[in-house]
Amino acid sequence: MKYADEFRDKELAIGLARAIRAKADPARAYRFMEFCGGHTHAIARYGLEDMLPENVRMIHGPGCPVCVLPAGRIDMAIALAERPEVILCVYGDLMRVPGSRGSSLLKAKARGADIRMVYSTLDAIALAEQNLAREVVFFAIGFETTTPPTAVMIRAAEKKQLANFSVFCNHVLTPPAMRAILDSDTPIEIDGFVGPAHVSTVIGTEPYAPFARDDRKPVVIAGFEPLDMMQAILMLIEQVNDGRHQVENQYRRAVNGSGNQRAIREVTEIFELRDQFEWRGLGSIPSSALKLRPAFAHLDAELRFAMRELVVADNPACECPAILRGLKKPVDCKLFGTACTPETPIGSCMVSSEGACAAHWTYGRFRDHQRRLAS
Amino acid sequence: MSVHQRRLDLKNGCVDLSHGAGGRAMAQLISGLFHEAFGNEWLARGNDQSAFDVAAGRMVMTTDGYVVSPLFFPGGNIGTLAVHGTVNDIAMAGAVPLYLSASFIIEEGFRFADLKRIADAMGEAAREAGIAIITGDTKVVERGKADGVFISTAGVGVLPKGLDLSADKARPGDRVLLSGSLGDHGVAIMSKRQNLTFDTEIVSDSASLHGLVAQMVAAGGHGIRLMRDPTRGGLAATMNEIAQQSNLGFRLQEEAIPVKPAVAAACELLGLDPLHVANEGKLVAVVAPEVAGAVLAAMRAHPLGRDAADIGEAVSDDHRFVQMATSFGGGRIVDWLSGEQLPRIC
Repeated sequence: MKYADEFRDKELAIGLARAIRAKADPARAYRFMEFCGGHTHAIARYGLEDMLPENVRMIHGPGCPVCVLPAGRIDMAIALAERPEVILCVYGDLMRVPGSRGSSLLKAKARGADIRMVYSTLDAIALAEQNLAREVVFFAIGFETTTPPTAVMIRAAEKKQLANFSVFCNHVLTPPAMRAILDSDTPIEIDGFVGPAHVSTVIGTEPYAPFARDDRKPVVIAGFEPLDMMQAILMLIEQVNDGRHQVENQYRRAVNGSGNQRAIREVTEIFELRDQFEWRGLGSIPSSALKLRPAFAHLDAELRFAMRELVVADNPACECPAILRGLKKPVDCKLFGTACTPETPIGSCMVSSEGACAAHWTYGRFRDHQRRLAS
Repeated sequence: MSVHQRRLDLKNGCVDLSHGAGGRAMAQLISGLFHEAFGNEWLARGNDQSAFDVAAGRMVMTTDGYVVSPLFFPGGNIGTLAVHGTVNDIAMAGAVPLYLSASFIIEEGFRFADLKRIADAMGEAAREAGIAIITGDTKVVERGKADGVFISTAGVGVLPKGLDLSADKARPGDRVLLSGSLGDHGVAIMSKRQNLTFDTEIVSDSASLHGLVAQMVAAGGHGIRLMRDPTRGGLAATMNEIAQQSNLGFRLQEEAIPVKPAVAAACELLGLDPLHVANEGKLVAVVAPEVAGAVLAAMRAHPLGRDAADIGEAVSDDHRFVQMATSFGGGRIVDWLSGEQLPRIC
């Protein structure tokens, strides 16, 4: 497969693993957070942990938009979908995200709510055109990567003058989440970040400058292929060894400094910042999410249906907040693999295959037994 | 038939409620369309059941329902799938399939032309497999109560003397053999889904595997512990089922598992793992190490096993993990598919 196999080459991986081993100072620990779920998935899927020395540890960050969506927003979507006039369009991976009291969109659909899985924003537009007597609502979710497609959809709805179409906006932002992790009350030991891949194709590398400059944390923007990850880890180790803290770009084949200006312009014209937004596992974070600007209020489902903001407390036994900050590992959580599995997720980290707990459960849990045997 | 009747308009006509009502219309549909397509001496007698001779020994029986969407896909349709799927369930016991039943639940308004295409393809698939569809049933439900047509089949076959394949017979050190590339059926279906259409040269691998199985049994005999066809849930589900039943773990080699580049690319695009994607013409066999070479050679000598590969081994493991050495150089678990990848794949 062209443009993919090149970045999964075993020989190059062995070479990079050797370089990492040679550069990593055995006298110290390296703790790097990969922000994105895509990175977490690549680490687990390709078994990267087996190729890193013991003292290089990856901490799985909160960069999976499905995972961090709080139960309250799911409850709001369910209440909306239960209205007889509404067709709710969602991306498939949202269906099993738990709301409160064991609810989910999948269960609401089984009980009769009209919820349709779509593969692109334009499918939702087509549904609205085919169902003029119904209200079609698109459940918009994602980081900066998926916001431009939502913007395209909103422009299309405007152009077609669709009166039966609206958007339930849940778009969130990466830099405020990184800020929240660094500024949290519990001290976190992170020596550097593997910066987002797809998000950075939109926003560029500049928004990460404060983390390098003010927080003195190295940041390496990296692609989602396993060789990208290995190279980024090597670059982070080199920065730490040199005492540098810079934003470096490993993903130069897709990311530039200032990002995709057209996408940024579209997003800025249509969306504005929310004062606060709730994140599953991280709590309420200021200026971390988007809503539609007043000029597009007629397309805002929260206004059109006078949706009530619902806040649901996370399960107190769930260790996701500590896992997302790198303070604990999935196995440290009492719920991991018992009450909380990919089939019955409780915390954010188990919700999608890109979450730290789900990735470890699905791909890596054999290592826990290996470790137990070894000790 | 002495009463004058207008012939079925197979070109433009469609099924209505009278075709399931037990009257002349139903008799006409059965004789004019299904008997025509399945053509055999048992159906020709027109009884509600069919009698056949049985050899001394052990028989196997299986049943299956088919609700695939779309009904027609690259490489087959719901009818061929119904024959192949049931034949394969019999063949995975090492048995020789003999007879099938076929029950149709048809939605009012379904076109005769489409029904004929499906029935003709079933007849063709049965003849190719050397079996006969010897009894059946037809029901018609109101528009909206089904999706075109659903088919249920049952099948019987006979076991070669002394053969008893079962997952609990697997032992540590046994080899895992796979008959060919993964994911062709699932990707072919997905490429034709209404809201997912993409262009691919991939066609479903749907096929009857009992010919391949017979050659494997001839080569490996009692050294073959068990066989499975990795349908829904893909190879990952099949290996985990076997691990649970056998109380063993498995170690697979990703590099050894054949996946066509077009399937790999489609999976990449859709965010799927080829190990979770359905197959309808592939089998996995766990065999004793001493016969592995001979069985693999027998598989490769058969057209449906040309790309067969030795993909790993059984190991003793209380946790019954299916592990895989990735082609990148690390290790991972191959877990069950969590949730539903794609409904109505077969």
